[in-house]
Amino acid sequence: MIKFAAAQLWVHDQDEALAFYTEKVGMEVKADVTLPELGDFRWLTVAPPGEDDVAIVLMAIPGPPVFEEETAEQVRALMAKGANSAIFLTTDDCRASYEELKARGVEFTDEPTERPYGIDCGFRDPSGNALRLTETRET
Amino acid sequence: MLYAPPGRHLVRAKDLVDGRYAEPLTVGDLAAAAGLSRAHFSREFRRAFGESPHAYLLTRRLERAAALLRNTDRSVADVCLSVGLTSLGSFTSSFTRAFGISPTVYRRSFPPASAHAMVPGCVARAYGRPQNSTFREDTGAAAA
Repeated sequence: MIKFAAAQLWVHDQDEALAFYTEKVGMEVKADVTLPELGDFRWLTVAPPGEDDVAIVLMAIPGPPVFEEETAEQVRALMAKGANSAIFLTTDDCRASYEELKARGVEFTDEPTERPYGIDCGFRDPSGNALRLTETRET
Repeated sequence: MLYAPPGRHLVRAKDLVDGRYAEPLTVGDLAAAAGLSRAHFSREFRRAFGESPHAYLLTRRLERAAALLRNTDRSVADVCLSVGLTSLGSFTSSFTRAFGISPTVYRRSFPPASAHAMVPGCVARAYGRPQNSTFREDTGAAAA
């Protein structure tokens, strides 16, 4: 049986991303380990409190030996333009979550809007990654 | 107004602790979340859940701290701050009272976080490949 464990998100700066996802979005750190044998590679994961089976891996854009400088720069440029990835989250109250995150200084791209499937809004992380926050309609 | 059983209000305080333990929460904040006066709230919370709101908040923080000690390589001081506690001295003594061993000993009783962090094999292979600048010189010499 295949289950979902984690998905990686490129971030411009791991500490900046960590502060954003924990302090502004309200997630918690699930793993934070630095491995000297992998050139101080830092495995850093976050997820909402109580969510123990799935996590987002906040991944720094690597230089050599993983990416040569040109590739790393292309990823950075795409990310800054918002062309990197998106994360989809759900909430039980979209408008309340929107107000809460907005009060903490989160940059919203879409205000809460009625959709066929519920209400959702959208925001960006400091790296430019898009996040979607949806309150699904009860069916 | 619709009738809601009092436990519905009290569980909001509990949810606040579970979601926001890392922030500087006070029993006053929890009472506000439940919509009750502080004295009344503490009494009702204890009646509903069998422990004081302060004890629930502290034990949630200690439980999360224990997870960070197992799953991260952050320092004990950093773990203490990460769960919303500000005094390392009180953290160490509360932790020791709750778990029977100090945070440092607790961490040592588990395999290091790096041993069970789910760093995928593809990552280890990509990041572990050595960079050796002399290889380039060797190639140059061979080509010359």
